[in-house]
Order: sequence, then C-alpha cells, then structure tokens
Amino acid sequence: MTFRFDSFADFIAMSGHGPYIWACYTALLIALVAIVIRPMMKTRSVRLEIKQQQNIALRRAEQKKRT
Amino acid sequence: MTDVSPQNLSLRHSLWAMFKRDMALVVRHRGELANPLVFFLLVLTMVPLGISPDPTVLSTLAPGMLWVVALLATLLSLDGLFRQDFDDGSLEQMVISPQPLYAMVVVKIIVHWLSTGLPLTLLTPLLGVMLALPSEGYLPLLLSLLLGTGSLSLIGAIGSALTVSLRKGGLLLSLIVMPLYVPVLIFGASSVKAAIEGFPYNAQLAVLGAMLAIAIILAPFAIAGALRISVNN
Amino acid sequence: MAWQWFHRLGSPKWFYEKTTPWMPWLAFFSLLIIVGGSIVALGFAPTTVEQGNSYRIIYIHVPASIVAMAAYYVMALAGAVGLIWKMKLANVVMKVAAPIGAILTALALFTGAVWGKPTWGTYWVWDARLTSVLILFFLYLGVVALQGAFQDREMADKSSAILCLVGMVNIPIIYKSVDWWFTLHQPASLKFTSASTINSDLMVYLLLTMIAGFYLFFAWSLLAATRAEILARESKTQWVRALLHKPAEPTA
Repeated sequence: MTFRFDSFADFIAMSGHGPYIWACYTALLIALVAIVIRPMMKTRSVRLEIKQQQNIALRRAEQKKRT
Repeated sequence: MTDVSPQNLSLRHSLWAMFKRDMALVVRHRGELANPLVFFLLVLTMVPLGISPDPTVLSTLAPGMLWVVALLATLLSLDGLFRQDFDDGSLEQMVISPQPLYAMVVVKIIVHWLSTGLPLTLLTPLLGVMLALPSEGYLPLLLSLLLGTGSLSLIGAIGSALTVSLRKGGLLLSLIVMPLYVPVLIFGASSVKAAIEGFPYNAQLAVLGAMLAIAIILAPFAIAGALRISVNN
Repeated sequence: MAWQWFHRLGSPKWFYEKTTPWMPWLAFFSLLIIVGGSIVALGFAPTTVEQGNSYRIIYIHVPASIVAMAAYYVMALAGAVGLIWKMKLANVVMKVAAPIGAILTALALFTGAVWGKPTWGTYWVWDARLTSVLILFFLYLGVVALQGAFQDREMADKSSAILCLVGMVNIPIIYKSVDWWFTLHQPASLKFTSASTINSDLMVYLLLTMIAGFYLFFAWSLLAATRAEILARESKTQWVRALLHKPAEPTA
C-alpha cells in the first residue's frame, strides 16, 4: 500500500477533483454525527423532563407540608 | 322494497346497497366530480404556455404529460375518498359491521374509479388533441389509462385510509402515494411512447394488467387495516 | 431456546440492560473501520485512468446505498413483528430506523450526485441507480412524516407498520420498473464497479470493508436510537427514573 500523492498540497487538491471529494467526505462526517447525536439529544430531553416532573412533585409535597 | 332485517341482509345485498348509496352521493355532488377533470384540463393548458406551443415539442411531451397529469388529478381526488364517511361516522359503522371490510373497501374504490378514473380516461383523447399527440398514441393511451387508473385508485386508497383521521393529511398523502405510483406511470407512459415510435406495446399493457390484478387482491387488505386503525381514534 | 429470547424481547427493560455492554464495542469498531477505511480510500487506494481521484467517492456512495436499502427492510420487518406480535420493542426499532435510513439515503444521493460532476459533467443525471435511491428517500420521508403526524403512539406505530410493509412489497417493483425505463433510454448501463474499473484487490477489499463498517455503524446507531426511544416511551416507569435521575430527598 503506497501513499498515492507527492505532497500534502497534492493530497488536498486531488488532481483537480478536490472540492468534490472533500465535500463528500465532509458530508459523510456530517451524516455520521447527525445519526449519533440524535439519540443523545433525546436521552437528554427525557432526563430534563423527568427532573422537571420531580421538581414539580417536590414543590407540591412541600406546599402540602406547609398547609 | 326487500325486507332489510338482519337475517335477509346477505353480503351481496349489503354491497349493492352500499354501491347504490355511494353512486347516489356522487351524482348528488356531481359538481365535485368535475374538479379533477378541470384540474386535468387546466394543467395541460399550462404546458404549451409554459414550455412551447410548437407541435413537434408537444408531441414528444404528450404521452408523459398526459400520464403525469392524470396521476396528479387522481391524487387530488383521493383525499375525499374516505373523508366524508369518516367525518359523519359512517366509516366507523362500516368497520364494526359484520360484513367483511375487504369487500366494502372494494366497492368504495369501484365507485371512486367510476367517478374519477373512468371520466379522466374518457377525457384524454380530447386533451391528446390539444397536446398534438400523434394518432398512434390514442388507443394505447386509452387502454393504459383504463388499466392504470384502477391501480392508481387502489394504491391511492391505501394512502387515503392511512391519513383519513389526520386534519392536514393532504400533503402527507401525496408523499406516501407518489413513490408507489412510479411503476404504473413508467409502464403507462411507455406504452404510449412505444406505440408512437412504431413498436408493439402489448408487454407494457400486460404489466399494467398484472399490477392491477395484484393491487386489487392485496391493496384492500392494507386499506382495511388502515381504516381500522384510523377509526379507533 | 430461541423462544425464550423472543419472549424476553417483549420487555424493553431487559433489552436495555442486555445491550448496555455492547454499545462501546460497537461504537469503537464501527468508527474504527469507517475512519480507517476513509483514510485508506483517500490516500492509499489506487485510481482509474478514466475517473481519476473522484473514484474515491465510491467508497462512501456504494456502502451508503447498500445500507440505506437494507435499513428499509429492517424497518419493515420490525414493523411486521410489531403489528403481528404487538411487541413494543419491534415498534420502537421500526420508528427509529426511519430517520437513520433517511439520512443514509440522503448521503448516498449527495455523494452520487457530486461524484457525477467530475465523471459525467453534471450534478444530476437521471440514471436507474440515482433515481431509485431518490424514490427510496421519498419512501423514508413518508414513514418519518406519518410517524410524526399522529398524536397517539399506537396509531402512529400501526399506521407506519402498514406503510412500511406496503413500501417493502413495492420496492422491488419500483426498482425493476425504473431499471427497465432507463435501459430503454440509455443502453449503456453505468456500473460503478464494472470489471474495467476495478484493477486491484485493494479496491475490492476496501469497498467490502467500508460496507462492513457502514453495516456495523447502522447496527450501533439503531441500538442507540432504540435505547433512547425506550427511555422516552418508558419515562414514567421506576427503572427509567432511577437510571436517569437521582431523586432528591424532600426537605424535612
């Protein structure tokens, strides 16, 4: 397996096809990140929702104690 | 007037009664019948205005355009397929009735086809003239539309049944149904193009017939299932 | 023995706990293969005389298309299982597979179009491949839209399952029709991996490796998304609350 380019500048330029190739690999990165991030965001919002509900329940319990 | 007590209500009687009722509704609202047809006419008028009035250009576009716009006009008519019955509760009655939902769905779609697909098909020769369709194209256009609009009604009804309980189901309906329409469109337009270029078009018509056969057998299952879900709202 | 698994799968909690140790491994290996494969594809893979360096895009486009297609079948199968056996987990898998499949399909479309520019001169060419992928994209969008349109979760799941099954039955018909239509109009079928273009073993192995990496990544993301959706759907249960939130003690 040999490195196919003479220099780093050549690697970026890709004999003129640079923009196309790098656009595609960037798209790959964006797609992978998008797919990975979605479940994380959902878990975070579920966690927030549970916390909010607990806080409301807590506040209600405290109010009851005072009355 | 036949005695309509439950013992006498055979399947055939109830289906026929439903057919008559729906056809009567169609006749009563015959103004609405014209909507897809007028749409068909309007859009096809846009073609020479938007692209070119040159007959040679039009005749190349004609087979595809006629099929595409027929497809769009059918899409337009799909939203109302089950909606009225859903809104006034008769759909729920259909679903819980002892009669098989499969059969009632088939009857409803036959009525739909008679009131949209068939008139559309019969209108196309007129529109073919407007779009400079070559003379060899008329017969295959009629035949392919006759076979194809049946499939379009059946496949479209699946989308209608899935979205009938949604308030703004129209665009979603189009999104769901359009990819499924692609094979019918391809073989329908191809049959007309083939005839114009002098080739036989029996194969395309046979495929359209096969699609119709498959659709008529399988689609009502999906439609009935979707209606049961939509009604349990 | 197999039935035991099947019954256990009925419990989202069991599934969640069972898959927790798998996640880091799946993540590690799938990202390793994709990143490693990309590096090889960019710097070390040979190129063809006809296409030059733009062939490097194939190592994304082909795996993305293949997995996008497979994902639809996974989604439809899950929908069928959920509809027939009323398994909660199957419905969850069906729901989460749709956006993942849509993103992969979009990636396949984008890379396919961009690959077209240096190769054939235009960004979009109506050939059988790209058109079929575009229609697959619409099929995915339909499922995602239908899922989001219903308020009631059970209705959403059942309706989507029906739509997925209808789509699954139609996909071979659609693909064959599109294929037939384009062979009629373009006798030269454009194959990405025809015999003339593949001139080394490395190209074949790299392509297969990237496909494997994408499949692995799909498996990981499907599991991750399923787990997150399970937490969301079961958020009112004790085990989820214990997992996600330490309940504070009420002040005395």
